[in-house]
Amino acid sequence: MNTRFLPLAGFALLVVLLAAGISWMRSNRMNEVPSPLIDKPAPAFDLPLLMEPDKRLTGKDLLGQPYLLNVFASWCFACLDEHPLLMQEARRLGIPIVGFNYKDEADDAKRWLARFGNPYSVIVADRDGRVAIDFGVYGAPESFLVDATGVIRYKRIGAITPEILAFEIRPRLEAMKGNGQ
Amino acid sequence: MTACAWKRHVCMLAFGLTLLLSNAAFAIDALPFENRAEEQRFQNLARQLRCLVCQNESLADSSADLARDLRQEVFDQMRQGKSDDEIKQYLTARYSDFVLYNPPLRGGTFLLWFGPLIVFLGGLAAVVLIVRRRASAPAQVQAGTTPEDDW
Repeated sequence: MNTRFLPLAGFALLVVLLAAGISWMRSNRMNEVPSPLIDKPAPAFDLPLLMEPDKRLTGKDLLGQPYLLNVFASWCFACLDEHPLLMQEARRLGIPIVGFNYKDEADDAKRWLARFGNPYSVIVADRDGRVAIDFGVYGAPESFLVDATGVIRYKRIGAITPEILAFEIRPRLEAMKGNGQ
Repeated sequence: MTACAWKRHVCMLAFGLTLLLSNAAFAIDALPFENRAEEQRFQNLARQLRCLVCQNESLADSSADLARDLRQEVFDQMRQGKSDDEIKQYLTARYSDFVLYNPPLRGGTFLLWFGPLIVFLGGLAAVVLIVRRRASAPAQVQAGTTPEDDW
């Protein structure tokens, strides 16, 4: 056997290995922080409403039906990517979309909603981001699908796309209905 | 000195002052440490924690907004008398083991901890095997194999 090409073969093997590593990382979204909160009760919170700051909403108020908690902010560019979809699906989804205004100025948020539309049934404002830490939020947009008993069933990190909605969110909603929740 | 040049100096001074002030505003937060020991404990802890936003930076180094919030949280919990482990538990309950630079030893992280050792032992075994075979190689050459075949 000719050993002259062995180093080249070794190098080629290394290239293939590294390329496989990169594509594996990409396909498995390795930079996403896995949420330990899946299948656990949503953290308790008590936050003021964005539109009526003297009124408050707690996690308990939301029990009884599933909802989609959507973390957004006026400073968040990627939030605009999913916003048209949320506007379009707000009624068709069959569950309320609860807005979670993350580290935002109330006036900026209101202006943003006036400009691009408001798909939310209700919006809570987490001005200092403390409650967001309890939810393990590390960016926006993020979305949590919470069932009627207040348990987080699914978390989406990043913008919701039509594919995510069709293959990740809707099937879980159907399953919840099947369980009578 | 012409009026024009003088104006330029004032302008530069104003520019410099603006830079100075804005720098002060953006400096990494100064937490009100009581003493050196407390600050060292904080820094030591923050260096073991990963910034979730820019994941190759520790909580101590990152200037991301969330990192600042989490530093404040860590500081507040230190003040409340929580131990380092309790603070780490608080963070892993929300952000998973991902937030720790030193992952805990358990079933799922076995390969992470001992993978390099296993690879090293495998390499060592291969080397020993090859050396042994080489040691007995002259006999094989006499038996008729060409040196080129035997590598």
